[in-house]
Amino acid sequence: MSVYKQIHSLPQPTLLREQHYQYLKKGLRHLSDAYECLDASRPWLCFWILHSLELLQEPIPAAVASDVCQFLARCQSPTGGFAGGPGQHAHLAPTYAAVNALCIIGTDEAYNVIDREKLLDFLWSVKQPDGSFVMHVGGEVDVRSAYCAASVASLTNILTPKLFENTTNWILSCQNWEGGLSGVPGLEAHGGYTFCGTAALVILGKEHMLDLKALLRWVVSRQMRFEGGFQGRCNKLVDGCYSFWQAGLLPLLHRALYKEGESELSQQRWMFEQQALQEYILLCCQNPTGGLLDKPGKSRDFYHTCYCLSGLSIAQHFGNMDNHYEVILGKEENRLAPTHPVYNICPEKVAQALQHFLRMPVPEVTAVFEKH
Amino acid sequence: MSGIEETVESVQVNEGKEFDVEVEEHIEDEFAVDPTRYIFYRDRKEWADLEPVPQDDGPNPVVKIAYSEKFSDVYDYFRALLKNDEKTERAFALTADAIDLNAANYTVWHYRRVLLQALSKDLKEEMKYITNIIEEQPKNYQVWHHRRMVVEWLNDPSEELRFIADILSQDAKNYHAWQHRQWVIQEYKLWDNELEFVENLLEEDVRNNSAWNQRHFVISHTTGFSDPAVVEREIQYCLNQIRKAPHNESAWNYLKGMLQDRGLSSQPGLLERVLELKETHCSPYLLAFLFDCYEDALENITQKEKVEEEEQKETLRKALEICRLLAQEKDTIRKEYWEFLGRSLRNKYGNGSLTEQPVFQLCVITASVHR
Repeated sequence: MSVYKQIHSLPQPTLLREQHYQYLKKGLRHLSDAYECLDASRPWLCFWILHSLELLQEPIPAAVASDVCQFLARCQSPTGGFAGGPGQHAHLAPTYAAVNALCIIGTDEAYNVIDREKLLDFLWSVKQPDGSFVMHVGGEVDVRSAYCAASVASLTNILTPKLFENTTNWILSCQNWEGGLSGVPGLEAHGGYTFCGTAALVILGKEHMLDLKALLRWVVSRQMRFEGGFQGRCNKLVDGCYSFWQAGLLPLLHRALYKEGESELSQQRWMFEQQALQEYILLCCQNPTGGLLDKPGKSRDFYHTCYCLSGLSIAQHFGNMDNHYEVILGKEENRLAPTHPVYNICPEKVAQALQHFLRMPVPEVTAVFEKH
Repeated sequence: MSGIEETVESVQVNEGKEFDVEVEEHIEDEFAVDPTRYIFYRDRKEWADLEPVPQDDGPNPVVKIAYSEKFSDVYDYFRALLKNDEKTERAFALTADAIDLNAANYTVWHYRRVLLQALSKDLKEEMKYITNIIEEQPKNYQVWHHRRMVVEWLNDPSEELRFIADILSQDAKNYHAWQHRQWVIQEYKLWDNELEFVENLLEEDVRNNSAWNQRHFVISHTTGFSDPAVVEREIQYCLNQIRKAPHNESAWNYLKGMLQDRGLSSQPGLLERVLELKETHCSPYLLAFLFDCYEDALENITQKEKVEEEEQKETLRKALEICRLLAQEKDTIRKEYWEFLGRSLRNKYGNGSLTEQPVFQLCVITASVHR
């Protein structure tokens, strides 16, 4: 009760670092049976928790890091890619999460878990002729899969143009009349899918092929004028997780427009109201006993903890290595580490992983999935 | 990739009297054994031949879930079935229990589909099953994908539009439902009544953006938006909806989205109709639409026949005034964006004489100090 009063009576909004840290530290080891519904997403739990800890700049003890590596190794499928848990089938979403988690750990032990040759086989096994990817063998198609595939392929240096043949055009066909992107062509523009499609195109170097102006208009319109947070779709409610999926698009668009020769871009701020988003997250999305959430009245969970903190980081940090401008609402202690807007792990970890895997040759495709 | 409700403490399942030995013996003397009482697989005679396979989390697990006894039991046996590649009726029955415990386990769903084929199961029955599951858990990817597979195998979409309409009656914006609906309509060419369906939804809630999207979907795949009669009808429809609910962003987005490829200024009289609405039905969306009209006019002036320089200056002035109004008063949450658009427009069409020095140059100096 006293922490609740703290949040709502203090002159400055405060990030409840200690409470979030305890919540995350515990969850990394033990989860209640309420998490049975995520039994096919355990690499996600690793990523959500590890990324939250890295944003909070809390170190991961070496023993824990090693345990995560060994667990994720058990989630790796013998035919390549990572599954939601030991013994399950490979799926692009836990593959994305596992690779990201291992890159956050960033030790040789972590990098060595990934079987790059088999991972490439797995990506080929889910590739479709029209450029899209199914999420798993015998599974559904949507734009998340392209992002997951592009993310892991680029980080681990197994990316070839052939692997992503037609993918660019397929993703582009997901941009709709609203300016945002849908999960599959024809559907409503949606923040999660828009992030996935845009970030995938950035990885492929093709983001300029989007109607960037229309996309920019759509995403800035998703910030709620009263709440300060973002909605996922037009005329729907605010949700803390869109603090990342939506606000994270602005750094991507800023860079894309810059590359297109846009001269009038701000040199200090993203094109969304950074302070208002920080206010929404700090005042409305924190559980007083640790963890973050969708909106007041909802329960905390590790997914929202990860994406609220990721969004808070985006809202605090403008720029890149060379030009960095910060907007920290409240005390300096509210400051989080910066996050990479494409991969959503810390930029140093991205650079380190790329450096590590670029020393290795791109594997030859071993399985018989490559299309002619 | 969804959040979940997390309980603050895990609830211990209270098994109650059924597991009290004395009472149990007494019951068996006088009553038939309750057939609905749950029995663990490890205690079922028909499963005695199968050795359960515990989950291999390793010696120092992470993100370890405190599974209930029931959950562990079912999945220990699921793993055993998988290991033996068992394709039997009992395996099929177990998948339903596994799904009930975690409908997001895509490995179980895949296995169930393998069994459906291998055992030549009645797919009509499977349709009933998946209908019930989706009604209980409509926001899950796997259940909708499974339904799509069964519909494809049966090549029978006859129940789909009605079923999806029922799901949408409970949540008119369920993304999976709309995705399935678009797939069915496109695959089986069921376009005929869809515009009517959309209009009914918009009657119920004119702010339902999913319904506006479906409107666009139907029209673009049937008549298309090239026919001027269609465009006029749609403009009329939008303006009517705007009059009823002026602050409905969906209607304005639809109006713009429909016209933007052709160019907003291509539609004669539209600007005037919107300017009329400005007096009584103004909104940030109306103003943004006006801005877009002016910007489009500027875009086309430079390409078409020579227009009075005064006229171009006037259009630019009006556009910049809207940017200022939006940034400073009417849509301040998007201040950074509107100011950027203003600078861009000025940079592109202005001739430098109009403006003061951009303020951002000062900020660049202070930014490096703040570093």
